[in-house]
Amino acid sequence: MLNTIWLIPVFPLIGFMINGLFGRRLTRYGSGVLGCLTVFASFILSLLAMLFLGEGPHRFTLAEWIVAGRFTVSFGFLLDHLSAVMAVTVSGVAFLIHVYSTGYMAQDERFSRYFAYLNLFVFFMLVLVLADNFLLLYMGWEGVGLCSYLLIGFWFQKDSAANAGKKAFIVNRIGDFGFALGIMLIFWKFGSVYFPEVFAAAPEMFVPGDTLVTAICLLLFLGATGKSAQIPLYVWLPDAMEGPTPVSALIHAATMVTAGVYMVARCSVLFALSPTALLVVAIIGAATALFAATMATVQNDIKRVLAYSTISQLGYMFLACGVAAFSAAIFHLMTHAFFKALLFLGAGSVIHALHHEQDLRHMGGLRKYLPATFLTFGVATLAISGFPGLAGFVSKDEILWSSFASPLGGVAFWVVGVLTAGLTAFYMFRLFFLAFYGKSRFSEETATKVHESPMSMTGPLVILGILSFVGGWIGWPKVLGGGNSFEHYLAPVFAAAEELLPHGVNHAHSTEFLLMGLSVGIALLGFIWAYRWYLRGSTAPENLKNKFPAVYRLVQNKYYIDEFYHLVIVRPIVGGSRWLWKYFDELVIDGSVNGLAAFVRQLGQAGAQPQNGYFRGYAATFALGSVAVLAWLIYVLS
Amino acid sequence: MIPLSHYLLVSAVLFGLGTVGVLISRNLITILMSVELMLNAANLALISFARWHADPGAHVFVFIIFVVAAAEAAVGLSLVIAIFRRKNTVDVDELNILKG
Repeated sequence: MLNTIWLIPVFPLIGFMINGLFGRRLTRYGSGVLGCLTVFASFILSLLAMLFLGEGPHRFTLAEWIVAGRFTVSFGFLLDHLSAVMAVTVSGVAFLIHVYSTGYMAQDERFSRYFAYLNLFVFFMLVLVLADNFLLLYMGWEGVGLCSYLLIGFWFQKDSAANAGKKAFIVNRIGDFGFALGIMLIFWKFGSVYFPEVFAAAPEMFVPGDTLVTAICLLLFLGATGKSAQIPLYVWLPDAMEGPTPVSALIHAATMVTAGVYMVARCSVLFALSPTALLVVAIIGAATALFAATMATVQNDIKRVLAYSTISQLGYMFLACGVAAFSAAIFHLMTHAFFKALLFLGAGSVIHALHHEQDLRHMGGLRKYLPATFLTFGVATLAISGFPGLAGFVSKDEILWSSFASPLGGVAFWVVGVLTAGLTAFYMFRLFFLAFYGKSRFSEETATKVHESPMSMTGPLVILGILSFVGGWIGWPKVLGGGNSFEHYLAPVFAAAEELLPHGVNHAHSTEFLLMGLSVGIALLGFIWAYRWYLRGSTAPENLKNKFPAVYRLVQNKYYIDEFYHLVIVRPIVGGSRWLWKYFDELVIDGSVNGLAAFVRQLGQAGAQPQNGYFRGYAATFALGSVAVLAWLIYVLS
Repeated sequence: MIPLSHYLLVSAVLFGLGTVGVLISRNLITILMSVELMLNAANLALISFARWHADPGAHVFVFIIFVVAAAEAAVGLSLVIAIFRRKNTVDVDELNILKG
């Protein structure tokens, strides 16, 4: 049974090929059904694989890929508890989003192309999570990057979409460069790129804190910051919202951007050997969480709010990784996939209903027009804000508790985390109130056309809504009477890393209760704050804006980070390239080639000179030549 | 008896005159005449050597050269006429369409 795990990624690949090659001959219905069914097949297989997995990891090698001396790489798949969770989450959420897409993209001209790309994405993503070696993971990693590029720029007729696709691709290249260097270092040191071999050898090869292992981890983490949109490489994600909304939900919220978290968790043994790298991961994660949350508070584009929210939540996951709470990170990854996909799909439903209006200032009062969207969006908002009992509460609280209690954590991390939680509640309810409550701020004419989305779109919303509600219960914390079975489930994967890490002291249950209460209280404050400002029609936001115009502009313009990067990185590179073009390329390269051609032409002209067409010239040459030959003969013979 | 060197000297002078005529003349007909002069200079040298060696074999060559010269004159003059008809000139410097 488990030897069929290679089929999990292959199904979407088949879907991609049929949709990509014969998409024009299929009807819209055919393309959509094919796209959904192939992903559904992967989902069923992933579920079965999870059920049959039992205790240990299972490896299956499909074929050799590269064999070059000592360097061998195969198309090998590794199924352990971590990859099983990832495969089920990815394929499940992807299936729901595929179904949703059949409704959302129904009017699009390039319907089958869209599903081909989406299937290709799922293929690469599943290869990424199921790979048993770094190189195959890297292939999936690059493949999802490619699909991200293709789908962000899906509406490439818009310049902004085409540019956003390029930006995402180029920023990711910086991270991927680090990732590739990390893999090379690993091969250089271990002589293998297979996870089990590398992770088994690592504790014997390095003492904790070794410089080389720190370098490897930091390079891998550089790759993760690119793919998972962390400081300093997060700038591509907000722009990526130019793509179709289901794409944002699938790629830029639920799955691809979490690949970095998965990769760090997968390499937990290496990271556990390097306290420095873990500290960097935690600091970057915490800083990104808070930084992105502040930017989310003033955005007016519904999708951009969610994009910054995603960056912020990914920061939480890295914070968890950084304090060595890997299972908490994966748990939050999973619950986040549910509620953030739901938020994006809900936003898509709103955008769909309002005919591609994304500005929150032109929404409002949608509650009575879109009841199903309203309800599910509400659940997701509560979940992400950490309302007790919902998925987001359980996983986020686990992270906050780990950041406080872990021997690698500290009060500072906890404070940043809780502040972010408050901001999260604030900006999410700001969005919720602005979109669904109050008076509608769109025209009468639009109001008559606003309609609830079709079943194909509301169905996935409802399923994700249920998952956002109950999805956290599998990891219900012990302190609240649960068993935290999720952590137990993943424990075998992280056991090796746990052994290398210092063990924390046991904290009293009362402390945990207190901290939990505090974080819920702060989230509640955020809610009240948003309620008073945006539901009660307070003038406070305007007053504050007028009082501190500089601060508002700074945050509104995303701290001018894009401009800063443009000035410090893009401009010098463009300038340098222009210089190389004008001086090196045109003068040196073109100059040498043109110079050679000119030299040959001169030579030819010199050779053509005697061929002047004057008969007497030829005759004179002939006569002189004869004389010369005669003179030579006489000289030789005498 | 006149020594051989005198004959050869006359032959060389005639050949030199013919060569110079070919090289400096621009008129095709003059050039043809100069070529005749060169041929006959060669004939004179051949006949001289024939007498000197008392070997009449060289006369054969002289007769062949006569024939060739006659043919050459016929062909050459007809070419000159053809060129003149075409270009209305017999100046060789005008006939430079083979210029590279």
